[in-house]
Parts: sequence; structure tokens; C-alpha cells
Amino acid sequence: MEKKKLVLIGNGMAGIRTIEEILKLLPDQFDITVFGKEPYPNYNRIQLSKVLQGDTEIKDITLNEWQWYEDNGILLYPGETVTKVDKDNKKVYTDKGKETPYDHLIIATGSNPFMLPLPGADKEGVTAFRDIEDCEKMIDASKNFKRAAVIGGGLLGLEAARGLLNLGMEVDVIHLADYLMERQLDRPAGELLQKELESQGMNFYLEKQTAEITGKKRVTGLKFKDGGAIPADLVVMAVGIKPNVSLAQESGVEVNRGVVVNDHMETSVPNIYAVGECAEHKGMVYGLVAPLYEQGQALAKHICGMNHQGYKGSVLSTQLKVSGVDVFSTGLINETAETKSIKVFDEWQNTYKKILVKDDKLTGAVLFGNTTEGTKLKSLITKGANVEEYLESQQGADDGESIVASMSDDEVICGCNGVSKGTIVDAIKAEGLSSVEEVKGATNASRSCGTCKNLVSELLTDTLGDEYEADTKESICACTDLTRDEVVIEIKEKGLTHTKEVMNVLEWKTEEGCSKCKPALNYYLGMINPKEHEDERESRFVNERLHANIQKDGTYSVVPRMYGGVTNAEDLRTIADVAEKYEVGMIKLTGGQRIDLLGVKKEDLPNVWKDLGMPSGYAYGKSVRTVKTCVGAEFCRFGTQDSTGMGIQLEKKFEGLNTPHKVKMGVSACPRNCAEGGIKDVGVVGLDGVWEVYVGGNGGTELRKAELLVKVKSQEEVLEYTAAFLQYYRENASYLERTSHYVERVGIEHIQEIVSDDQLRKELNDRMDEALGIYKEPWNEVLESETTLKDLYEKVATK
Amino acid sequence: MEQTVRKVFIGNYEDLPVSLGKAVVVEDKEIAVFRLSNGNIKAIENKCPHKGGVLSEGIVSGEHVFCPLHDWKINVTDGLVQAPDEGCVQTYKTSIEDNQVYVEVPEK
Repeated sequence: MEKKKLVLIGNGMAGIRTIEEILKLLPDQFDITVFGKEPYPNYNRIQLSKVLQGDTEIKDITLNEWQWYEDNGILLYPGETVTKVDKDNKKVYTDKGKETPYDHLIIATGSNPFMLPLPGADKEGVTAFRDIEDCEKMIDASKNFKRAAVIGGGLLGLEAARGLLNLGMEVDVIHLADYLMERQLDRPAGELLQKELESQGMNFYLEKQTAEITGKKRVTGLKFKDGGAIPADLVVMAVGIKPNVSLAQESGVEVNRGVVVNDHMETSVPNIYAVGECAEHKGMVYGLVAPLYEQGQALAKHICGMNHQGYKGSVLSTQLKVSGVDVFSTGLINETAETKSIKVFDEWQNTYKKILVKDDKLTGAVLFGNTTEGTKLKSLITKGANVEEYLESQQGADDGESIVASMSDDEVICGCNGVSKGTIVDAIKAEGLSSVEEVKGATNASRSCGTCKNLVSELLTDTLGDEYEADTKESICACTDLTRDEVVIEIKEKGLTHTKEVMNVLEWKTEEGCSKCKPALNYYLGMINPKEHEDERESRFVNERLHANIQKDGTYSVVPRMYGGVTNAEDLRTIADVAEKYEVGMIKLTGGQRIDLLGVKKEDLPNVWKDLGMPSGYAYGKSVRTVKTCVGAEFCRFGTQDSTGMGIQLEKKFEGLNTPHKVKMGVSACPRNCAEGGIKDVGVVGLDGVWEVYVGGNGGTELRKAELLVKVKSQEEVLEYTAAFLQYYRENASYLERTSHYVERVGIEHIQEIVSDDQLRKELNDRMDEALGIYKEPWNEVLESETTLKDLYEKVATK
Repeated sequence: MEQTVRKVFIGNYEDLPVSLGKAVVVEDKEIAVFRLSNGNIKAIENKCPHKGGVLSEGIVSGEHVFCPLHDWKINVTDGLVQAPDEGCVQTYKTSIEDNQVYVEVPEK
């Protein structure tokens, strides 16, 4: 039988979810073609705010990799737009001249951000917040500009605003209504939210309507209707979305606000369906993820010819994805003459709860501060439960009964990955899971945004009973329930010396740990006892074991040490000769001003090092990497200090130091900060007669500005304070915790207090010297040991 | 159908480092051989099913190796990729005779 041709317009969450459901039901029945406007595989749009806020990288929000399309035989055309549907001949046409016939056509074109038609809205620096491109635009803008204005105090606007704050911008939020998120929250909750966000640094203009965006080419500010004005270098419009229906409309499909569909997601034209934000069902257009998934399921069953009652509409619920703020809203929350409400306002704990009741039935709820009841309330509202049922269940909750107990098996716990309660419970039972980490690993639940972590934890309690102790603390990895601090204390108290011993004595759940705890334990052991600890090469990640960086094709890259970024003609000549002799794939300057030789075969590494005759640059290690420098007083007409000399001293002193994560430094000789110390783990700025030491900066995925640790007079003091800071970080941070996270977590004031104490600073310096005392140059060490050469670098060839 | 196999000598038992992998080239194949901490020798295809990562360079824990590229966890005995990822790699039988380690590869 010939396969039916299924064409999907729109490579977003709703459309691809429908395809996934179809593949689950009838894996081999369709020839599937997908057209997507954006040049990416299917990604999780609701997580974009987390990308902007720096908690997640774009690659982590991909839902289906390219490989998935290939594995399922799906023909994907990314970056290609369908321009015309010929419904009579059942064909679609694209902007690249492609013509594709269909038996079934799914329109999942989503929605477009609504841009206010303000004068000046076309200026540079005005953006929506809708896709990866917008997100990147904002991140770029934050590098050069200071003031952001977000128009719209709804969910999206506030998440964007939080992201811009994280990017170091000053943020004003302009909102038409007189309190925030007025569609999801009532006034008390909205006001609590405002107070919380103000304390995080947001600035609000409520009951303000923007009249004009000012500026010549680029935006410079906003003017309000009431005459006020504010400056702004970036304007983000987050006032709503409108269904993208133009294609459907032009193709003769009935459109109201969205593409009109029935319970089976059928449009007015046979064999054409619509799902997601572009679809209108019973007068409702949905912009949230759960309804889209429900629609996708209904449509998949319909297309596969399964008996199904169809889509019946969804109860909406939303949660704000801003750290430190728990807000939840579900159902109908506006009070009318026919509604009564249960309200609990706890000013002491700063929590608020409102539950709306109509004709004795629950219709909606707003929670602020504590949202653990959210999922239960949503499920009660969805099934139209009586208020009595809620009150009884609440008594149960007081008696220790879990919220998740009352949920049905097919209810979705993890909205990001669509994992139901049943799936999680089955996995816990079948695979004997006992921690949230394990559930995450086995089912994907809470692998994305993590808001359902509490529910997963409760499901564990509910399923395992007393066997499971809900852990609110963060364990090192799934192999243990112990935290980093607990493990470090135990190592010290019990005098443990080897990773296996730690795992044994502290009753690890796995016999030999995993790729997370093995390197972590090896680090902690070395940090606690630098002299006695015997480094375990099998507990090191390949880069540190082989002292070179593994690349995606299995070759390695080599970076010779170049103190302070300074080199000479002889070394350059040697490097060039080595590059030629070993036919390296690329010679590249790194971000830290060093030379990287890429594409070296593992077997060649020892000879490359031998011929270079230089120390290892540690570009692969969780250790002090490079000290970037500017030209400094010696040559630069602005330089006031010898930044190059200072950088060389720093690099020589801390060379090869093991740290919880990589440590990068920069030394500049004037406030122009050419070595970019503001985004380094340690940044030193030399001014006339004074050195400023900054710490905790990061230029990576989570951009963070370094904070001033201390101002000192001499180079010796720079070394002394840097050593004290680094040693304190070494002793107290979790393995793989960058200084930026660490400084943020404990606060700069705390670190200042420690390092400015003369006694403590001296002790930290002593322990640092001890740690530095064991340093051996690794390339040379390898070359001197025949066993290491054989064990690690030799490839066995057989006959 | 019977499959004939060939035993290939890959080295002395002591020469294999403990809890580490070793890349062995057999004809056109690259095989990752592991000497586990319990003394057993395991051999699998030296290529992660995800992005072709070199498994012999992964961190070995018990019966599993973690791919150095993206941390996929693979059982070195049955070759199965552990959840939530999916897939498997070819496994090869190994034997030790007089301290000499052999890997069985299918005859062409």
C-alpha cells in the first residue's frame, strides 16, 4: 500500500508534537514533510526566557535534533516558507519554488508577536521576544547598551525583563494596566509580584501608554501619552501575540481570529487541519503549551483513524519562569457577582492564595509565593470538582497526604517533555528509582525547566512511602544523597584518600560512581590533601588525563604555555615547524591570547610536545588557564601600570593549579580594560598608583560582571589577594562551579570579609603555596614515563 | 546460520591499564578494550552511536563507560546505551589465555 503524504507547515512545538503522536500510533504509514520558517530543528519556545536569563543554552532547548528527523524518515525543510496552498489539487508551494503534494495537510504556523504600531517602532533597537533571533538580538544589545524598556507587564514581558537584568541592563517595564499580569493574577497577587520584582531591580511604570519611540536611527527613549518620557537603548515589545493565519486565509480556509477548527482540529477545507497557536477552537485561541499538546494528541488520533472523542478545550494555567518568584494561575480568576472565593493572605511568609468558586464548583486559582498546590488545583478545576472535594483533600494534605495522590495517571507532570504521572510511577516501580535525579534520567521529567521537580519528588514519596526521604538538598550526583559539603567533611574526618574508598565508606549507590562524581571526588581529595593525594588518572576527564583537548572527530588540540600572552620569534618559529611537521588541521588564536594547534592525532601528542619543548598551556583543564594582558605602560600611551609583567607573574605563580572549574584572568593597565577583566574569574586593572582586583566575572553563557574585591598598592598584594581568593574558592566551591556562580551564591561581601582578615589571608596563602608546591609540568612528565606513554597514548594495531 | 569468528591477540593482560580503555585496531575496525576494576576484559565498538565519540577515552565506572563527547552512558557488556538516551554499540567476546588477551571478531 502506498504511504499517505503528510505535510506539516510549521516546525514548532504544536506541529512536531502532533507528528510525534502520529509516529507513536502508526510509525510507518506516512511520508512526512515538514516546512519550518526558522533555520533550527524543533525547539522549546517556552524555554527561551530561560536562555535569555542565562540558565540554559540554546542547544539545551532543542526538543528534536536533526537526527530525529532523519531517524524517522521525515523530510525537513528548515528556513523555507510555504507561500501557497492549492486546496483543489492538494499541493503546497514554497518561497524556494518547491511544489509538494499532500493527502493530509497540517497548518501549525503558530503566532506572531504583536507589535504596537507606534511611531518609531521600526527603529534600530526595537525587538519582539518570540524566537531565537530575538533572544540573540537582546543578548547582543546588552553588550553595548545599558538601558532597556520592556513594553508589557505580562508573563512574557516580565520574563524578558528578568533576562535583561541578568544581562546587566537597567530595566524599565511599561504596563498599561494598574497591576502586573492582570490577565492571570488579581490585584493582591499582582502587587506582591511587583514588590518582589522591584526588589530584584526592575523599575515599573504602571498605567502608562507609550505614544512614541524616539531616536534618530537607533532608539533613544520612549514618550508616554501623558507627556512623560524615559531614555532607552533597547525596546522590547511583549504585549501579546496574534495567530499567524495569513497563509490559511489566502488559501481559502475559514479564519476568524485563528484558523477555525472543530473538535478533530479539522478546518473548513477537507484534509486540512490546524493545531497550536494559529488554531481557534470554540472561540478560543491558546498561547500556552499544554493545550497545544492536547490538540496534537487529538489530531494525531484523527489522522490515524483512531476512535477518539476529540479535543474539548483546555483549562489554562500559567507559571512565571523567573527565579525567586513563584506565581501560578489557573482557570477563571475574575470575581463576579456569582463567584465566591477562598482567600489566604499570609503577610508574614509573603504568600497569597485565592481559589474561586462558582455554584459550589472550583473555577480558578491564583497562588503567589507557594505554588505546590498548583497542579492539584488545576486537576480539580479541569474535572469540575466540588469545593468540598478540595477542602477535604486539603485536610488530607495537612495530615501528610500528598497532592499528587489525587491526580489521575494520564495527567501530565512535566509539561516541557510531556511526561505523565503514570509514566513516572511506572518507571519508579519498574526500575527501582529513588531520587529525582534518577527519575530525570529514566523518564526525561524535569529535565528542562525544572518547575515540576517538587511534584516528581512527591511522586517518589507517594510511590515509595517511607523508603524515600524527600531531599531538598543537592547531592553530588545520582550516585549519592550526600551534598558536596557533607562529602568534604567526611573525607576530612575519616581521612579518606581514594575515590573508591569514599564511595565505599559513604555507601555510594553505584559501585564505582559515574562521570560526575568520580572527577569531583578526585578533586576534593586533592584539594584537602594536596601532598598525600595520588591523582587518579582514571577519574579524570579525557582532556585532563591526556593533557590536550578532545575535538569532535577524536583528534586533539594543543596549546603551549605563553606567559601573559607574550611570545618571541624563536617560539613562533618552533610552533610553525611543529604545525607543519604534524600537519595540524588549523592554527588558531584562542580567546585567551594563546596559539591553539588543532587536529593532532592522539598518538602524535607526545612527539608534538617534545618538539615544541614548551610547558603545557592547560587550555584543557579545570585549572588556571590563561592570564590575558593588555600592552601596558611599556608601550601603550594610556597604560599606567606594567600589566604584561603583572600578568606573567600571575600566570607563573598559579600555573597548573587545580580548581573547581576553569579559571581565567585578565590584567589591564588602565580603565579602558583592554584585557576585559570585567568578565574574567579574576580581573586586575592597574590605575595610577593603585591596582583593582575584580572577581567572579564570566563572559560565557551566563554573562556576569566581575565585582571589586579589593584595591591595593603593590604587585605583591595583587598576588596575595588573588591567591587568597582562589584558595577560598578552591576550598568552598562545588566541583564544576565557576567563580561567577560561587561569588553570586556566597556574596562578594562575605569573600571580602574573609580575604581582608590578615590572619585568614595568610592561612589561605599558606595552603595555596602547599597546593602549588606539588606542581609538575604534565607534558614533560608524560614524556619521561614510558608506562604513561604506553598506557595512555599508544593505539594497539593488530595483525 | 553459523558465524565463524577469528580470535585476535591484542596484548598481554598486564599491559592493559586498569579502569581505562584502550583503542585497538583490528582490520578496518576500531575496538575499545576495557580492563574493568573487577579484572574482566570487555570489548566494544570504539564509537558512540550518538556522534561517534571515542569510547576508549571515556570515564569507566563499573560496567559502564561515559562517552567523552556528550556523556552518553554505555554498558560495556551488552553494548546498550542507558536511558534516557537510546541505542547500542557492537560488542565483542574476549578471552584470556596464559595472560594473553584475545578479542573475537567475525570472519569476513
